[in-house]
Amino acid sequence: MEINAEQVGSSLVIRLNGELDMHTAPSFRQIADAGLKPPAVKHLVVVLSEVPFMDSSGIGALLGRYRIVREKRGKLVLVGMNTAVRRVLEMAGVLEIVEVADTERRALARL
Amino acid sequence: MQDQVTNSVRMQFCSRSENVAFARTATAVFASQLDFTIDQLDEIKLAVSEAVSNAIIHGYKNSPGMVRLELNIIGRTLEIIVSDSGAGIADVEWAMEAAHTTDANRMGLGFVFIKEYMDDLVVQSEVGKGTTLFMRKSTDPQVRH
Repeated sequence: MEINAEQVGSSLVIRLNGELDMHTAPSFRQIADAGLKPPAVKHLVVVLSEVPFMDSSGIGALLGRYRIVREKRGKLVLVGMNTAVRRVLEMAGVLEIVEVADTERRALARL
Repeated sequence: MQDQVTNSVRMQFCSRSENVAFARTATAVFASQLDFTIDQLDEIKLAVSEAVSNAIIHGYKNSPGMVRLELNIIGRTLEIIVSDSGAGIADVEWAMEAAHTTDANRMGLGFVFIKEYMDDLVVQSEVGKGTTLFMRKSTDPQVRH
């Protein structure tokens, strides 16, 4: 999996490219947690448009980061899910607690 | 008369996280011999990913072991059997309930997804001996839930 992280203002933007499972989730967790460390970074935007597959390990990694941004009084915004990824996130109840945006630009605009 | 097994694959692989993607992809390729939709193949991939992840994380507790994967085509049904010789599950019913987990990173969702996406799931487990998951999914609408 390719993981690209960039700080944009008070947000950390992470762009994922590849499948998010028990093998790749630890890298995502590590990069996200490092990027969220500075007190000035409050929000997390995760771009999922190039993620064709996600299982419960990926969901656990997202929910763990949701707890971190919530403690910082920030938001987690998910961008660009395909149908399969959206289904598992819906089933897990993730879409009830995080924000969803069509594009990275729209995600950043609401933060 | 019961349908016969018309095609079958058996493989085993090391309990390494890299092999989870291999297992689900190989299963999807095998399953595509039946008339599953793209959505159904995605569901099969997710179920196998969860089953193999369970074997690696809970069965072998991330230590070395072998995971076995058996795929059978029986009529219009795909049978998937994932087994390990790891720790086993003391209380299968408890483990299969939502949010019951010993691994906070996966939220206890593995069995939830398998039950939701497969037509049938049977779990056999013995502490100290290992766990076997028998899963079935059919293209026959009368079998599907």
